[in-house]
Amino acid sequence: MSAASGSRAAKSGTGKSGTGENGTGGRGRIAERTFSHRLKVWIANPWGHPRFLVIVAWAYVLISIVPVIVAVQFSFNAGRSVTVWQGFDLTKWYFSEPAYSVWHDPRLQHALFQSLKLAGLDMLIATPLGVLLAIGLARWRGPLASASNFIMLFPLVTPELMMGVALFLVFLNLFKFIPPSTTAQVLGHVTFSLSYVVVIVRGRLFSIGKQYEEAAADLGATPWECLRLVLLPLLLPAIFSSLMMVFAISIDDFVISQWLSCGSDCDTVPIRVYSSTRGAPLPSINALAAIMVYMTLSAIGVAWLVHKFMTRGERPEGRGGMMQNMGGFDM
Amino acid sequence: MYPKWLWPVFAVPGVLWLILLFLVPFYAVIGVAFGGIDPIFMNPVPSWNPADWQYDSMIATLKGFLPGNSYWTVLVRTTIYVALALAGSLAIGYPVAYYISRHAKRSKGVLLALLVLPFWVSYMMRMLAWVNLFSPNGYINKFLVWTHLVTTPPDWLNGNPTSVVLGLIYGYVPYLILPLLAALDRIDRSVLEAARDLGASPAEAFYHVTLPLSKPGILGASVIIALPMFGDYYTPNIVSGSPKTTMLGNQIDIYFHGGPQPSVGASLTMLLSLFLAVLMAYYMITIARAQKELQA
Repeated sequence: MSAASGSRAAKSGTGKSGTGENGTGGRGRIAERTFSHRLKVWIANPWGHPRFLVIVAWAYVLISIVPVIVAVQFSFNAGRSVTVWQGFDLTKWYFSEPAYSVWHDPRLQHALFQSLKLAGLDMLIATPLGVLLAIGLARWRGPLASASNFIMLFPLVTPELMMGVALFLVFLNLFKFIPPSTTAQVLGHVTFSLSYVVVIVRGRLFSIGKQYEEAAADLGATPWECLRLVLLPLLLPAIFSSLMMVFAISIDDFVISQWLSCGSDCDTVPIRVYSSTRGAPLPSINALAAIMVYMTLSAIGVAWLVHKFMTRGERPEGRGGMMQNMGGFDM
Repeated sequence: MYPKWLWPVFAVPGVLWLILLFLVPFYAVIGVAFGGIDPIFMNPVPSWNPADWQYDSMIATLKGFLPGNSYWTVLVRTTIYVALALAGSLAIGYPVAYYISRHAKRSKGVLLALLVLPFWVSYMMRMLAWVNLFSPNGYINKFLVWTHLVTTPPDWLNGNPTSVVLGLIYGYVPYLILPLLAALDRIDRSVLEAARDLGASPAEAFYHVTLPLSKPGILGASVIIALPMFGDYYTPNIVSGSPKTTMLGNQIDIYFHGGPQPSVGASLTMLLSLFLAVLMAYYMITIARAQKELQA
């Protein structure tokens, strides 16, 4: 998001920018050095810092994260309950329990692999398609280009339920050669991921501009060389962000997967979690959902490191930061 | 330097994909909504030619939306739930975004990372977590009983509208905060300093400067979460599952997955799209405008 640029403004502007409750912040530059002194000032001066806002912000963050931590905690429950803690068992619901653990319950194991399969195929198809579409739409001029751009924006604003119904009906009535199946699910996932890739890549395209390619052309590069040796390497960080984004939204998707599902063989992790919550869930469901959390979080960690490596040497205020790429749809 | 035909060629595969798998499917919804029903198998027979359209099921569906009829109740309920959830989300989200954009200094990075975290935890996982907490012997009820706030633990998960609204808020606040934060970050601080220099109190500066300047952000962020909330059927199903808390999305889901009348479901989907068209158009215009700014 544009938060990265905002933080600089925050540093330079703190203190005198008297908004809301921040009245006298500029005074304590030297006093701020010791923690105990800061604490004393914080307690003694009710107007120094917006305490109400501090509390709301941290309370919100806690409330948004604690339930997930509790759910992960119960994936380590030694008993069969997801609400009453009966002792710690690290592996029981992941793979040691012989019948109901994620690894040994065929439905759970299948759902895990189905989710990964859809996300993988989605990444492989939507990313190249979206990158080409982004380059095309950014540089193609004319009424047809505007119309295409208009179509591209549609999936971003359409509630998933409508897209799910529409795809379900089209596979049922028109494209009858594709029954509800993994294939249909992949086609659906690509359809809603495509526009995200376009938005991310296009942001990067605008920020790098045309000058590098023009320089290459002036120095004798053919158009093909300009694309392959100049544009592609410059787009790599955005392509990488797109891959991560597609993975994340595909793994997270419930609606499209459910509408195009062929039954229990097409169940993904969200579908399995959804259908279990209304029954009598075992901690293995928590373990299944927790595995997805571990995977996405480690993927994000890796992505962040790789992205940092790829954009090293670029000025941080550039428009290509990963956070900003991922939030390219901000208002 | 590049041949002119290159860019359309780049765009064609993606555009074709979207036409075949986005526009055509929507036409299929229209075809089914105005189509007939096979008298033997009871499955819908779509009519692709507008001349063959039959309007029976659409008219029947529209009648359901008259005040007092079944869809009317559902529509009113959906609107109330979404409005309450939106108000709740703004009440939580605006102060958080405001604090992070304006006052957080060293904690800004940590707070941002924690704010983005729910994006990477699947929605269903968060709902599962929520249901676990609110279950009859879950932590919430234990806490309420322990603090003697209630004597008998309330039943949160069977047709309790409060749970549905809370569930919606919990599910969608993260998607509200980030665009709001971006909008607040974009407000020029010198404007605020000018207001203060001209004698406005902090509260006046907030009310007359920050709030009006963040209005587009508030609107945009509200639209971003209102759209999926109107199409939501899984949240009420998970936290309530009772016909008393049915939303429009549930109604559509029921017609396709439980009932034998897909053409009614298709009509409902069409009407929902029309109902949301204004919000969708607004959202599209803001995205398009943001991209123009990027380009400039």
